[in-house]
Amino acid sequence: MAMANKPSPETETTLVMADGQPLKKALTRAMRRARLRAFLLVIPLLAFVLVTFALPIGQMLYLSIHNPVFSDYMPRLTAYFNTHPEEGVPNEEGFAALVLDLIDAKKNRTVGRVGTRINYDRAGSSSLFKSSARKAAKFKGPSYKESLLEHRQDWADPKLWNVMRRAANAHTFDFYLAALDFTHDANGNLIKVEPERRIYIMLFLRTFMLSTLIAGLCLLLAFPVSHLLANLPLRYSNLLMILVLLPFWTSLLVRTTSWITLLQSQGVLNDLLVAIGLIGDDGRIQLMYNQFGTIIAMTHILLPFMILPLYSVMKTIPPSYMRAARSLGATPFTAFVKVYFPLTIPGIGAGTLLVFILAIGYYITPALVGGSSGELISNQIAFHMQSSLNWSLAAALGAILLFGVILLYWLYARLIGIDNMKFG
Amino acid sequence: MKTLKLVASATLAVGLLLPAATVSAGEITVMSWGGAYTKSQVEAYHKPWMAKTGHKLKSVDSPNPGAPIKAQVTAGKVSIDVADVEYSDAVRYCDEGLLEPIDAKSLPSAIDGTSAENDFIKGGITDCGVANIVWSTIFAYDADKIKGEKPKTIADFFNTSKFPGKRGMRKGAKANLEMALMADGVAVADVYKVLGSTAGVKRALGKLDSIKSDIVWWEAGAQAPQLLADGEVVMTTAYNGRIFNAAVSENKPFAIVWDGQVLDFDMFVIPKGAPNKALALDFIKFATSTKPLADQAKYIAYGPARKSSAAFVGLFKDGKTKMAPHMPTAPANLKNALVNNFEFWADNASELNERFNAWIAAN
Repeated sequence: MAMANKPSPETETTLVMADGQPLKKALTRAMRRARLRAFLLVIPLLAFVLVTFALPIGQMLYLSIHNPVFSDYMPRLTAYFNTHPEEGVPNEEGFAALVLDLIDAKKNRTVGRVGTRINYDRAGSSSLFKSSARKAAKFKGPSYKESLLEHRQDWADPKLWNVMRRAANAHTFDFYLAALDFTHDANGNLIKVEPERRIYIMLFLRTFMLSTLIAGLCLLLAFPVSHLLANLPLRYSNLLMILVLLPFWTSLLVRTTSWITLLQSQGVLNDLLVAIGLIGDDGRIQLMYNQFGTIIAMTHILLPFMILPLYSVMKTIPPSYMRAARSLGATPFTAFVKVYFPLTIPGIGAGTLLVFILAIGYYITPALVGGSSGELISNQIAFHMQSSLNWSLAAALGAILLFGVILLYWLYARLIGIDNMKFG
Repeated sequence: MKTLKLVASATLAVGLLLPAATVSAGEITVMSWGGAYTKSQVEAYHKPWMAKTGHKLKSVDSPNPGAPIKAQVTAGKVSIDVADVEYSDAVRYCDEGLLEPIDAKSLPSAIDGTSAENDFIKGGITDCGVANIVWSTIFAYDADKIKGEKPKTIADFFNTSKFPGKRGMRKGAKANLEMALMADGVAVADVYKVLGSTAGVKRALGKLDSIKSDIVWWEAGAQAPQLLADGEVVMTTAYNGRIFNAAVSENKPFAIVWDGQVLDFDMFVIPKGAPNKALALDFIKFATSTKPLADQAKYIAYGPARKSSAAFVGLFKDGKTKMAPHMPTAPANLKNALVNNFEFWADNASELNERFNAWIAAN
């Protein structure tokens, strides 16, 4: 008779509220209302993040595969390219489209943008477009090809036409190729750029290697400090904590320039070494304007990001665990390796990831103390954003960096587990 | 309580009245390069313009005022009315439609009636820009640090065996490549022809390579005299005005070598869609007229872009230093000088910077 004890499905649905509504319905409605209220509360933040973070990043990513300068301002030639897919220098029809587009571009003051776009891939195109557009307005009529070639022989260069042909595709992966030191040769084949122009892959590798090194150094330095912080009596640990936090609250620029005064060859450190006779006055060590400067300054600046998560994890480890291990016969070393260290892993994971990701994107510090060998990929991104104004290339470089970080994050989540991380 | 209320209502009243008061007096934002340079513009242009017109002027600084223009115009949120940019940027941005055109005929003529077009040094007026100063990249040394024979030519800058010690240089291709070629024996007239060839670029980078391990790179103009003052380098390339200011105002033992200098203009431009275009134009007309241009030389050693200003260039603000011999355009300083070829750089900047950046990043 076990069946009799279970309420039948019919009796379950008939449970009703005092006003006759089914209980389940009333409950979901009440829950929905609460959820909606909670959601309304986070809407401002959500909107803020969307507008100031997700949208610009999305826009930037789009810029890396979308550059409509050529197709927008040279519509006739773009249409010609679409109907005439063969490579090389075109016939009169193509030149006619080019000349008419140039005349319009000159009128609308957009010829400079087109020239700059082509100039990314072929030096000398900027003035070629400008002078040809000035000239084009004076052409009486066909043959346009003849007149244009008479003005500048460059227009017979097949490489120029291939570059224009590729630029006419508003959607392109060419900027990613450029960001990985690839280019197209005169026949449109994919090739590596000449050795003396390769820069980005090397800088990506350097950025990842230096960031790993800096994260490692931070861990090495932060571990004992955090342990001390977590185990000292409160009045001492508070003082120590302020020593950690004070630089953390100081402006990044101030800290970087302080390192300059310390490390430069006429700086405090070198003066000290000379004063105690370790090195001669003419043998001052170059501690800055190289990789060494970047490593030292960035390790110092990022150290608190390692100490704080480590400290918060260590604070929660009861000292009795270590005592228990010791009382069961473990040597201090075994007790540390088997008991204490595994418990700190969530803090190590959080701290390392935090420092690593911050280090990858650093650019003010390397720019100020890094010289040439301490320069990172972010300095090149800044260069293309601010000086060369090749935003598509900057976006492609940034996107590659972003994908790299996401990949590492995913690897970390697979290997160690994202829930096994504690920021504090 | 009563006083509090009174204060509150008074503030309210002022707050209500203020907007009405500012309608007649406009405000423009002028962006420049900072340091001693901006200061000279504040004294020679900003203050007199505000006094004359009653309008307000906000001065902001940037390590390169050209850089924010594209971002602002593209985003359609222009906050700068006037920017002080390099010649090549003024030309390039104008071609890209990022600047408002300025009619050369609307500029005031010289006091003797010479039209603006004839009064400005050749090339001083472009479609969208009006030159204010002629500046120059030179190299300077610390006279206390170099005993005995002093460096005299651009070749000495690259000669680390004769003059040992670190060198400061701007982190960028422009001017460095030209100086390297001149030091390597290329005549001024041929510099851009040689640099236009692959072999020429190789030659320039090769010359730079010979001192690469001794170079300390700087980026902002103020860093160069700082490196020299700190003893971090014995010689550095620099903008001549910065070295002059350190030497004369701060009594540093710095000396300028004019041989192999690279001359350039700085231009006032109006970004497209500037909020106060009419006022901006008024400011540019005022600032680039004969007297204010000459007045700026009182505060920094950059040459006025108008010929008629030369007669008014007098003493430095200390009241005793004659400015004329410190101008990049002084005849004695022009013996072996290169004028920056903006068209060459508009064409080759992306290519040469790419080469230069790759060279610099490689160990």
